[in-house]
Amino acid sequence: MQSKPTLSLKNVVTTVNTGTPSESIILNKLNLDIYPGDFITVLGSNGAGKSTLFNTITGNLQISSGQILLNNIDIAKESVEKRAHYLGRVFQDPKMGTAPRMTVAENLNLALQRGETRGLTPRHLNKHQPLFKKLTGIMSNSLNTKLDVATQNLSGGQRQALSFLMAIIKKPELLLLDEHTAALDPKTSFQLMSETNKVISEQNLTCLMITHHLDDALKYGNRLIVIDKGKVVFDVAGAQKDNLTKEQLLNFFNDLVEV
Amino acid sequence: MSMIVSSIGQGLLWGILGVALFLTFRILNFPDMTVEGTFPLGAAVTTTAITKGVPPILACLLGFVAGAIAGLLTGLLYTKGKIPILLAGILVMTACLSINLRIMGGSNVSLLGKQTIFSAHFLEALPKYFDSVFVGLLTIFIITILLVLFLQTKLGQAFIATGDNPVMARSLGINTDSMTIMGLMLSNGIIGLGGALISQSNGYADVNMGIGIIVIALASIIIGEVVFGELTLNQRLIAVTLGSIIYRFVILLVLQLGFSTNDLNLLSAIILALCLMSPILSKKLKLTKIITQGGFKNAK
Repeated sequence: MQSKPTLSLKNVVTTVNTGTPSESIILNKLNLDIYPGDFITVLGSNGAGKSTLFNTITGNLQISSGQILLNNIDIAKESVEKRAHYLGRVFQDPKMGTAPRMTVAENLNLALQRGETRGLTPRHLNKHQPLFKKLTGIMSNSLNTKLDVATQNLSGGQRQALSFLMAIIKKPELLLLDEHTAALDPKTSFQLMSETNKVISEQNLTCLMITHHLDDALKYGNRLIVIDKGKVVFDVAGAQKDNLTKEQLLNFFNDLVEV
Repeated sequence: MSMIVSSIGQGLLWGILGVALFLTFRILNFPDMTVEGTFPLGAAVTTTAITKGVPPILACLLGFVAGAIAGLLTGLLYTKGKIPILLAGILVMTACLSINLRIMGGSNVSLLGKQTIFSAHFLEALPKYFDSVFVGLLTIFIITILLVLFLQTKLGQAFIATGDNPVMARSLGINTDSMTIMGLMLSNGIIGLGGALISQSNGYADVNMGIGIIVIALASIIIGEVVFGELTLNQRLIAVTLGSIIYRFVILLVLQLGFSTNDLNLLSAIILALCLMSPILSKKLKLTKIITQGGFKNAK
């Protein structure tokens, strides 16, 4: 890779429940460089540290040591709100990513101002209506006809599609997808995943995507990493990733368990 | 007739408390007990200021500021001190009891013979009780309009999102702690203003006047919701005031049945409990079916 990494994690240690008997180290001197345009699928067994990795990047969890560099600037001390300026995130749970009593348009409008100072200025909901129409139109689930519907009245699939659009409506430096199709039925899940892939490649977004589906991990993205015991234990990109088979991956996982 | 006018006047004045509590109870999604302290605090500050010769309007603003400061304390205890909101509110409410005694220099202050906002010439020219209708209507109109405008701003939307989904709000860069503190200040400031107006309407402030306030304010919110059903946010704000007036009528009716004013807090609690249980009750008693199909015969 010639270009400089967008996000660089150096020897990151994240400890949870610090100072209690259940204190445990989840990320253990993890190193990872994410380059502009990378679409990385993240695999790992339960408890390996995938979600902790995301919460560490977003600032929901503070690191005990190490560095988090965004375009070469250490953001490890910055708050969740501050880091929101650079990050777009979609949660696994459809209820987590949207404000239930606000309408689809209001949610998109909130996301449009991600990371900005919000003052006593008009929200300009109508002015952005064409943008919202256009954006929701790329989803195949009639979200564009529901701009004035409260999100609590949407289906799980529509809510996740909305969450995804909210994460990308203002181009993030890094997009974090935390198993964002896992809670959906197979058909809806497949649809959202293809739309996600299309948007990411069209807009050349830099993205980390956690998934439990080996097929998805192989099919999407240009790079695949496996996290185990708080470290990146496997990292392939480009042609090497394209040639990777499901059997090879499965064998790799079986070896991990035996250790 | 005068009883009805009086009830409307009281409903409008007390509706201010309902609208204020709506900000925390319905938008931020938590019950704020501070109001039981900030209501008499606003009353104490305003009445004491008036007796010291401060112009009534300015004295009302002081009541607002005092309430907002108490709200700030609750907000800091909750967001920075990590004290559960219910307890944080109770702490500030309890502290207010002593503060109020300090401010008033005793357990009550009378406004007898003092200039209040109800002493304005054109108000005194109105028929009896119409003065509180006028002041209440004007105040609640201004507050509601300002809140509606505020909630449509970028800041107001961030405030709503904070109550709706704090995790999402933070991930969009909204400082939820600041939003919570702002909401508590605004809400308690308006409660303080309500205390300021109601004490002037009553002609005195009393250290115990805050007892049961939260139940009355909640009753306006819940009655408004039960009576008017599904509404937009702006409509819901107006429904609170109407709920407050309906509540006053219910109280008037109950008093006509022969209950004493000493029973008021018990009655308020019963009315609120019934309203809160109304979804369960109407389901259990099949009320909708009875109403729409006209009797038990057709009920399945």
